[in-house]
Amino acid sequence: MIDWILTQFPDSILGYIIICAVPLLFILPYALVTIYLEMKMSAHMQDRVAYMRTGWHGTLQPFADILKLLQKEDIIPTAADKFLFILAPYIVFIGTYATFAVLPFTSSYIGSDLDLGLFYLVAVSSLVVVGILMSGWASNNKWSLFGALRSAAQIVSYEIPTALVLLSIVMIAGTMNMQQLSQLQSGGISDWYIFGGPFPIVKKLLLLPLMFILFLVQLTASMAEVNRTPFDIPEAESELVQGYNTEYSGMKFAIFYLAEYANLFAVSAITVVAFFGGWGSPFGSFMSGGVWDLFWFVLKGMFFVSINIWLRWTLPRLRVDQLMYVSWKVLTPFALVCMILIGYILVAF
Amino acid sequence: MTFQEITENLKQKFGTAIVEVKETVQPDPYIIVDPNSLKEISKYLRDEEILTFDFLNCLSGLDLKGKLAVVYHISSMKHKHSFVLRVEVPTDAPTVPSIESIWKSANWHEREAFDMYGIIFSDHPDLRRILMPYDWEGHPLRKDYQVPEFYNGMKVTY
Amino acid sequence: METITKTSHGRTLRTEEMVINMGPQHPSTHGVLRLELVVDGEIVIDVIPHIGYLHRCFEKHSEQMTNYQQVIPYVDRMDYVASMNSELSFAIAAEKLLKIQIPERVDYIRVIMCELQRIASHLIAIGTYGIDIGAFTPFLFCFRDRERILDLFEMTCGARLLYNYIWIGGLSHDLPQQFIPTLKEFIVDFRKNIKELNDLLSFNHIFIKRTANIGVLPADVAINYGCSGPMLRGSGVKWDLRKDEPYSVYNKFDFEVCVGKGEVGTLGDCWDRYIVRVDEMEQSLRIIEQAIQTLPEGNVQSAVPKRIRPNPGEAYARAESPRGELGFYIMSDGTGTPYRIKARSPAFVNLSIISEISRGCMIADLCAITGSVDIVLGEVDR
Repeated sequence: MIDWILTQFPDSILGYIIICAVPLLFILPYALVTIYLEMKMSAHMQDRVAYMRTGWHGTLQPFADILKLLQKEDIIPTAADKFLFILAPYIVFIGTYATFAVLPFTSSYIGSDLDLGLFYLVAVSSLVVVGILMSGWASNNKWSLFGALRSAAQIVSYEIPTALVLLSIVMIAGTMNMQQLSQLQSGGISDWYIFGGPFPIVKKLLLLPLMFILFLVQLTASMAEVNRTPFDIPEAESELVQGYNTEYSGMKFAIFYLAEYANLFAVSAITVVAFFGGWGSPFGSFMSGGVWDLFWFVLKGMFFVSINIWLRWTLPRLRVDQLMYVSWKVLTPFALVCMILIGYILVAF
Repeated sequence: MTFQEITENLKQKFGTAIVEVKETVQPDPYIIVDPNSLKEISKYLRDEEILTFDFLNCLSGLDLKGKLAVVYHISSMKHKHSFVLRVEVPTDAPTVPSIESIWKSANWHEREAFDMYGIIFSDHPDLRRILMPYDWEGHPLRKDYQVPEFYNGMKVTY
Repeated sequence: METITKTSHGRTLRTEEMVINMGPQHPSTHGVLRLELVVDGEIVIDVIPHIGYLHRCFEKHSEQMTNYQQVIPYVDRMDYVASMNSELSFAIAAEKLLKIQIPERVDYIRVIMCELQRIASHLIAIGTYGIDIGAFTPFLFCFRDRERILDLFEMTCGARLLYNYIWIGGLSHDLPQQFIPTLKEFIVDFRKNIKELNDLLSFNHIFIKRTANIGVLPADVAINYGCSGPMLRGSGVKWDLRKDEPYSVYNKFDFEVCVGKGEVGTLGDCWDRYIVRVDEMEQSLRIIEQAIQTLPEGNVQSAVPKRIRPNPGEAYARAESPRGELGFYIMSDGTGTPYRIKARSPAFVNLSIISEISRGCMIADLCAITGSVDIVLGEVDR
């Protein structure tokens, strides 16, 4: 697909710009749908109906929200560090957007077919921390600073279990290439790594419990990485007012919002690629290829997005030290032990 | 214990420190005590086994036109009886000893009485205004209080 | 920019300390409370509360009224989530001063209303406590049930929040016909909803982690600080004015005084204060059930005095509001205008303990502690 775009535009700079913009075709409609989904899901959980007036069952409300955000006055506090204040939301968004480069949406489309795909992913998603710290510092607001510092501590500590989980996957698959990773699991539901991967039955059964633990670790860590309840302490509405984005309004706030939702899908997609066969159809070659690949990938991704939303509206928030406890004393040891055991299984069988 | 019994008990112990016993006031009779021995009396009321007034319900300032008063409503959780004390001081020298060290709940109540009536509670640990702004002038609940026309240079309108 | 080097208590800050203001505009201070925090990183070293942002001169206003009955709408606005209880306290104090006997039906209806109001108020306390801890959903579950109570009030007196319903010597309206059947339906539904609430929030693992062993208030400290209501009972002190100093007709009903037991942590922690409120709702339902079974007939306005002019004297009367002991000290000089009214509001006294129990906790714990005290700033600042 990328080659096709490049051939359409001999002037290669323009071609590359268009390639860069392709994920936006997904992110923007996805954000609208997820905003709507989140509102409706939370409303129905809470015995409400959410918006019902703009369009059929309020389907036009996300557009109205965006319109409102576009019109809002863009306020920069007098005491803020203006340059960093303006830069921060873009850094956050870039950090998130960059991860979409290596997400294999279909068997024929991936932004950049890097051999170091997983490694790149782990590295680039840390860029978000820089943006968040920047926004907290530049706001010149003590609560924002608290939020930013908490966020930095949180994202950095939860990268460790995530990295360990992904490392275990790499050990099993023998590749860091996201496209190959999906390819390996494309033989239907039994080939997915969550069910032990495409191996002989004994090895599969040995790997299965370990993979399940790793999946839970990855699910928890990914929830923490997107700063959502129960791990939303950087934003902690009732403690820190709104954390690092308290002082933002208008489009800058919208960009934070967009980055949050995009990140939500990115981490869900990583879980999908690592454990649930990426774009692979659960029925092997049946219903696969072409648009079906995109369908399965988005469907699986949205499933995990929904799980995030569901948990967000159910659970209370952890405290900052309990959060660190979960990361360093629960998730990291579990992931580490699983990784060592996987190494042993891979060598022995 | 009834009001009479508690009063008798206090009279025996403190004698002249009990300035006046207002038995006829209905429905809640009270006694007026000397401000100088208020602390001792309070301590006695709290610690004496048969009295055990462990709970300070309410502490109110009062402007009696010419003198200021502080009313203490105390009760006992153990014996389920209650009692009313009052101290009276002249308006131009309104100093009352603080009973914060005996009942901690007096802390904010005394700050409020200071705020509203200008009663000075000597040896109170933190006697600042509590409900009114810190730079407010005058004590609003005094009967001769005039509503200021200006606050910090801003005209006060109604 | 000027650097802050001293707290308003006058303590000089160390270099690693920072003063940060929580409020007056802050989501978890439940109104316009300002807490001046001295923090060392996330750890709270000192808390200095500043109140008075919602001071509406209740006491000064009362002294200008020409009639005692006119004070009641002001009393409504003191504790605006439990107006019925405020009205009852004031009515009891005024009736004590006037020495009037009221018909039994009035007392029964007052009890029903106050217990419904207690449930409504506790629902707000529980719901907003959930929000303080970060759980959004229980809040709306609580409001759903509270809505039905407010509908009942609306049916009775036309107002949903500030009723002016309990008058001195009587009530403004008798119960409407559909009231009792609707109330019975509500009781049946609400019992189920309490269980749902317990499953969703009270025994949630994260919720317990956040509230157990936090803000521990020992019983003797609570008594010395004058705490009352769920705050005192959470510390294990079995003290409820409805039981220990029965006013109105509470001595005719059978109910239990719920106390904290330290089930999941230390006795007197935030969770204990929280669970006392949940248990009290169940007891309130019991009282209401008994009251509607034995509700006597009568005229609700037969004892309302035409002209309220008490003899010179003074009275202090107290009643158990959802937050604790709400007392009114009324002094009369024989005219129709009260000479002095002082409200002893439970939230004001309960709040004064906050700097005592929150020293050394974390900022997130401070939200848990403020929430568990359950303050209503209208009552704190009057």
